[in-house]
Parts: sequence; structure tokens; C-alpha cells
Amino acid sequence: MARVVTTGPAVPDRRSWLTAEDVAALARRARRRETAGRTAVYTALALLSLPIIVPYLWLIAASFSRRVSYGLLPSGFTLDNWRFLWVANLGFVSGTTGRLPNIWQVVWNSLVLAAGTTVIVVVVATLAGYFVSRHDFRRRAAFLKGALMLQAFPGITLLVALFILLRTLNLLNSVAGVVLVIATLHLPFALFVMKGFFDGIPWDIEMSALIDGASRLRAWYTVLLPQVRNGIGAIAMFSFLWGWTDYIFVLTFILRRSSWTMALYLNAIIGEYRFVDYGLMAAVGVFYMIPSLLFFLFTQKHLMQLTLGGTKA
Amino acid sequence: MTTQVPALSVTRPAPPRPARRRTALVALFLGPFVLLTVVFFVIPAVLTGLLGLTDLDASFQGGVVGLANFRGFAADPLLPRVLLNTVVYVFFTLMCFNVGMGLVLALMTTQIPDRVGTVFRAIWLLPRLTPQVVYALLWLWFVDPTKYGFLNTLRGWLGLAPLDLISWSPWLVIVIVNGLIGASLGMVIFTSAIKSVPEDYIRAARVDGASTFHIIRYVILPLIRWPVTFVIVYQTLALLTSYEYILLVTGGGPFYDSTVYALYVFKRAIENGDYGYGAALAFVLVLVGAIAAQFYWRFLNFERMITQPKIESD
Repeated sequence: MARVVTTGPAVPDRRSWLTAEDVAALARRARRRETAGRTAVYTALALLSLPIIVPYLWLIAASFSRRVSYGLLPSGFTLDNWRFLWVANLGFVSGTTGRLPNIWQVVWNSLVLAAGTTVIVVVVATLAGYFVSRHDFRRRAAFLKGALMLQAFPGITLLVALFILLRTLNLLNSVAGVVLVIATLHLPFALFVMKGFFDGIPWDIEMSALIDGASRLRAWYTVLLPQVRNGIGAIAMFSFLWGWTDYIFVLTFILRRSSWTMALYLNAIIGEYRFVDYGLMAAVGVFYMIPSLLFFLFTQKHLMQLTLGGTKA
Repeated sequence: MTTQVPALSVTRPAPPRPARRRTALVALFLGPFVLLTVVFFVIPAVLTGLLGLTDLDASFQGGVVGLANFRGFAADPLLPRVLLNTVVYVFFTLMCFNVGMGLVLALMTTQIPDRVGTVFRAIWLLPRLTPQVVYALLWLWFVDPTKYGFLNTLRGWLGLAPLDLISWSPWLVIVIVNGLIGASLGMVIFTSAIKSVPEDYIRAARVDGASTFHIIRYVILPLIRWPVTFVIVYQTLALLTSYEYILLVTGGGPFYDSTVYALYVFKRAIENGDYGYGAALAFVLVLVGAIAAQFYWRFLNFERMITQPKIESD
């Protein structure tokens, strides 16, 4: 190994040059330390995540098991816990709450709530997002600042007033009222997501459509809309889940059994069967979770960017 | 900075009634947004304040009582306990989980290959996506006071008697239940902040002999100070106003021992039907939310957001 002659200011030579074996040994030591460090991180992460992983595994296992021994180990495969899907009367323990509504009626209500929220959020936010991205109008800055503040504002604090308002508008006990409330409270967020997507489209694309003689509206839906379909997809999925998973608003605004959603159904099941039939509760829970799980599995990779893109858009 | 559109004046030589067309355009694109926002956002906010001045009750009878509800706060025997619960709940959830655990997760998942890190981050996002009642069900099973719950199964293996965790420490339960959800937002934001720390800084520190701890303490943390501040402010507001998981898991009990302020509003107004007094309580939260929202735009580079649009102006 040739010696390197340094030409700079003399540095005190603290150690002689290493041989190849020394370098290899150093590299091995560094690799060992890295492996040890990484193993420690993996172990810590796994231990920290156990309180989340274990309950979900239990939920799925319990929903298909006859018995869950020691609160943990499932045994005896059965579909009996899923009987709420085909048995009309589940047989109440206390019998005081009356009968549960039909599960398919409940699923339908939940779908109407989720789909209704999605349609309103997507249509209204796409229209408004385009306009604030492309057009100037009087008090545009004030409008945007107001919308931004509403986005930060915790809508749940308006619950009491919304209850009185819906009662006045005769929208209590209807899914439509809940749809309007949930959709509106999320509109500012969706507006900024859509504005961000419209801002990202080069002006030339729209310009060329206008020069070719397209009207403003036509340019909007034939040229611009296809460009923002990722944004539309993102807010559509989010608003579907907001509607599907909501608990407080349906609890407050819907008292009639025939308008119940999955949240209220599962809540009633828990109220009746707690300590008695974990299998049934778990099965209803898994059933209720299916859309969330699908969303989770399909968008898991993009989820980080979406959540952030949303708040930062 | 208005860009003119020459093409339009060619296709439309004499612009017919431009003002009316323009109004129609605004009404079409912004109308639905403004209408919904005013009816279900602005009006309820004002209505909360107005209702707070009445003694509207469950039979929807009541008159204007002025500021009596607000003066009544001082005489409310439950309020001191509720406020104490709120402070403890917000502080510990924020520090231990929303910021603390979020930071730990972000730091750890960025130390390992990104493919594996993403899996762990996805696991932590799962509770946030789970329907609220299902997530609560998991906890009801976890803390089940009989010997069949998960916690008491573990205790049973160690030869310990079953424990009713909710009665034993209601604060602990509500902090953990909300913390496992809240940690994920901090985790996501901190992760992207840590990833944007220039690799050179970390290499340079390492060459200078800094340990991993020192790199985190003196290189990474100072550089992500801003996202941390953002998460603290944003999550404090979120924690102050959310209560659905507490309602579902402990119901605010035993007695009022885990009832936080926002849940107290819900109990008084919706469960008891004291709409007037409940609205007065809620109005305090509306004010807090409005003040916090005033500062919100500073975090989001508002100047960039309102840059002039690309087409045209009035």
C-alpha cells in the first residue's frame, strides 16, 4: 500500500496507516454495531406496536371463533357470530331495548350517509376549488382566509347549535341532515385539497382549450377535470370514510331506529352483549370495518402523502 | 397581475352583459360552497352564542336570561373537576403520545429501511381509520373488568386478581385510548420533516464523532422545531374539542372522573337537554377554536396560498 504524501500543513500523525486486515476488521465492527442497532430499533418498534396489533388480531379471530380461551386464544371455528346478517331476531339479553333494526336497512342507511357525504363534498369542493384556483374575484383573499380558518375550526363544538338548527329545519332523525352537516364541516379541507390540485395544472393546457373555442365550462369539465382525478379520488375516499365512521353526529341527530347507521347498531350490540357475547360484537365490528380495511390496504402506500398533502395543500 | 385572454375577445366580439355572466359563473362555482358553509358552519357558530343567552331546556321552552348561564359557571359544582380532568388529559396525551410517541415513532421508522418503516407507520395509522365504535370495542375488551378481558388475562397469568382499570385510573385509560390514535398525526408530519433534513448534516455530525443520540438532539430536533410547534398547537385544539372515544370507552365515569370539558358540554346539552346552559359552555370552546384558527394560517404559508389566480379578475 503506497503512502500518501500530504502537502497541506503538517498534521501530527497519530497512528500509522492501517493494513487491509485492519480496515476489514473495522468494517466488520461497524456492520455488527449497525445490525445490533437496527435489531434494537426493530424490537422496540414491534413492542410499541403490540398494543395495536394484538387487539385487531383478536377482533378478527374472535369473530370466527366459538370460544376465546383466556381472553386471547380463539378455538373452534364458527360462523355463528355472523348470524346478525341472516337472523332477524338476535334474542336480547335484557329485552328492554326492543328489537334491533334489520341489518341491511342499517347498512343501507350507512351507505346513503357515506355516499351522500362523498357526492356533496366532491361536487362542491371541485367547483369551488377550481374557481379559487383560476379566477380572481372581489374579496378573494378574505374568502380564502375565512375558509382556512373554518378548516382549523373544530366543527364538533357546534353540536348543540346544529342540533337546534336541524330541529328547526325539520331534518332531525333523517340521514340527509347528518349528510349535510358532515359534508359541510369537511368542505374547507376538501376545498384546499382541490385548489392545490388545480394550482398544479399548467395554465397553457386550459389556455389552448379556450383558444380552440371551448367555453369556460367546457374547458373545465373536458380538459381540467381529468387532470385532477387523483385529487377527486382522494377527497372521495376520505369523505366516504368520514360518513361511514361517524359516531357523534348520528348519535345526536338520529334517534329513530329505522334511520340507524352501523355506528349506532354496533353501539346497541355492545350495550346489550357486553360481557356476554364477544364473538357477536367482534363479528359486527369486523363487518363494520370492511370499508376502512379496504381503504387501508389499497391506499396504505399513498396515505402518508395524502394526509400531508391535504393539510399542506 | 391579471393575465388577459385575447382569444376570448376574438370568439366573442361584443361581450354581452359581462357582469351578469360573471355573477352567474360565481354563483355556479362558489354558490354551493358559500351556501352550505353559511348555513351549517357560520350560523351555528353565531347560534351557539345566542342560545347561550337563553335557558332553553329539553321541552324546548325557555326565554332570554342574559349572561346568567355564564355567571352560573362559578356555581357549577362539577366544573372544577371537569377542568382538572381536561388539563390532565390534554397535557399528558399531548406530551406522551401526540408529540412524544409521534416523535419516537418517526425517529425509529426513519432509521430502518423505508419499506419496513412504512409498514410500522401504516400499523399506527390503522386506529385512525377504524370506525370509532369499533376502536372503542377493542378497548372495552382490553380493559374488561372481568377475568375475560385481555388485561386481566395477562394479570391472571401472573397470579394477580382482576382489575377494573377504568375505576382504578380513569385518567390513564382516556390518555392511552386517545394517545394511540393521536400519535399517528405527529408521526406522519415528523417523518416527512426528518426525511427532509439534508443527509450532509447528519454525515458531517457523524464524521465529527456525534453519537445517534447527539445527532437527534443537536441536528434533527432543532431542524424540525417548526413541525413540532405545529403539532402541539393543532393537537391541543383537537384534544380540547374531541370526546367521542372517552364517551364510548368510559362514558366519562366513574361518576365524572374522566369527563373532560367537551364531553361535559355534550352531557349537559344533548344528554340532559340543558340546551341553553350547554350552549353557553360550548361557546367557550367556539371562542377558543376561533382564536386558535386566527393563528392557523401563519403555519400554512398563507401568502403563497392567496397568490393571484391564473385567469382573470373582475
